[in-house]
Amino acid sequence: MFDFLDHYDLLGAFWTTVQLTVISAIGSLIWGTVLAAMRVGPVPVMRGFGTAYVNIVRNTPLTVIILFSSLGLNDTLGISLGATDFKVIGFRLAVLGLTAYTSAFVCEALRAGINTVPVGQAEAARALGLSFVQVLTLVVLPQAFRAVVGPLTNVLIALTKNTTVAAAIGVAEAALLMKQMIENEAQLLLISAVIAFGFVCLTLPTGLILGWVGKKVAVKR
Amino acid sequence: MTEASMVKESVSATDELVALKSVNKHFGALHVLQDIDLTIARGEVVVVIGPSGSGKSTLCRTINRLETIDSGEILIDGKPLPQEGKELARLRADVGMVFQSFNLFAHKTVLENVMLGQIKVRKADKQVAEEKARTLLDRVGVGTQADKYPAQLSGGQQQRVAIARALAMDPKVILFDEPTSALDPEMINEVLEVMQQLARDGMTMVVVTHEMGFARSAANRVVFMADGRIVEEAAPEQFFSNPRSDRAKDFLSKILHH
Repeated sequence: MFDFLDHYDLLGAFWTTVQLTVISAIGSLIWGTVLAAMRVGPVPVMRGFGTAYVNIVRNTPLTVIILFSSLGLNDTLGISLGATDFKVIGFRLAVLGLTAYTSAFVCEALRAGINTVPVGQAEAARALGLSFVQVLTLVVLPQAFRAVVGPLTNVLIALTKNTTVAAAIGVAEAALLMKQMIENEAQLLLISAVIAFGFVCLTLPTGLILGWVGKKVAVKR
Repeated sequence: MTEASMVKESVSATDELVALKSVNKHFGALHVLQDIDLTIARGEVVVVIGPSGSGKSTLCRTINRLETIDSGEILIDGKPLPQEGKELARLRADVGMVFQSFNLFAHKTVLENVMLGQIKVRKADKQVAEEKARTLLDRVGVGTQADKYPAQLSGGQQQRVAIARALAMDPKVILFDEPTSALDPEMINEVLEVMQQLARDGMTMVVVTHEMGFARSAANRVVFMADGRIVEEAAPEQFFSNPRSDRAKDFLSKILHH
């Protein structure tokens, strides 16, 4: 029944999915943190930029963002992100689009976390003579991150599944392979089930492990 | 008591460490600080008392600019309080602060709490910082709790750690913003004893408190505030036995006789 799978590189496709997920996750964690810092910071221009970015990006469909990075950035503006092979270019553009999109959600989750940190924590840190950046990185963000492991897990699981949109610009990940298999084989239900199972194998452990981590690192007050 | 009164006599009133000159502040329509003039000499212990909402906590918080002021001037060691930025951070490092709600960093151990400022602000070596932190924790009597997290300590222990954290910066002055108001009654004394010891050691202190016993025994001067003004300033014996203003008489009659 599963014989036809031998003709396809299923593991390779899911490996691309994992790579898209992990690299975009790291990227959006960094950029999302910077955005959150801007939104709670004292500089009005940065606050305005952060707010505008989040509201524009999170209300734009991911497909539009991914297509824009391919058709707009690459085809029209000629930005190739330092690669010449079109497969590599596609992969990098997909990472860029996913990171830009997911950062907005990371930023908002983190900002909610910052709001759970009592204002006295920042006051005590400022009273010691720490700078704004030190207050944020040494006292506020470490506590904020611990408070939002749960919401960030949701963002990560959503990101894992959102990587399928990269198929729209031809990145050889699981959803593109699924499309090819459905076109070539008369096994629609089976193929869908196999791909769905593959994603469950990625996201279910993520949820369980991070759920445990969240409890482990929670700040006691 | 006697040691404290000896310190009082040795203080020279000429050396101004903190000076507030016609300071005004509004919270919306509320004029919370009205033309405040106050100077605090090096080594002096000033206790600020007064009814709730009189502006005493706000006054305390303006001294390290956790609250901004609308007009007037605040000088620390002769230098005006800088605006936000590196200059302000540098000044804050010299002005210790102890809060009503302790505000120990919840994600760090007691030891790390006392080391953080030394390492990140004073750029002290890690081992030196740890040694100093342990000495200070021993001095305030919580040396055995060094590796616990703040939530595992009692309120009194947390507040003593907070005092050690402030002391670790070698501040010129320490501000106490109602340090015992959030404590269970049986824990108030352990904190007051640490503060008494600091006062005897000659630390400059501004203490906002409702502890009249502490004001009597440790203060060089009592500042009585009501409705955003300094109503009366006097030595503690004089203030408690023979207050001049009606507002202070009224306040003392309500808290001392029942």
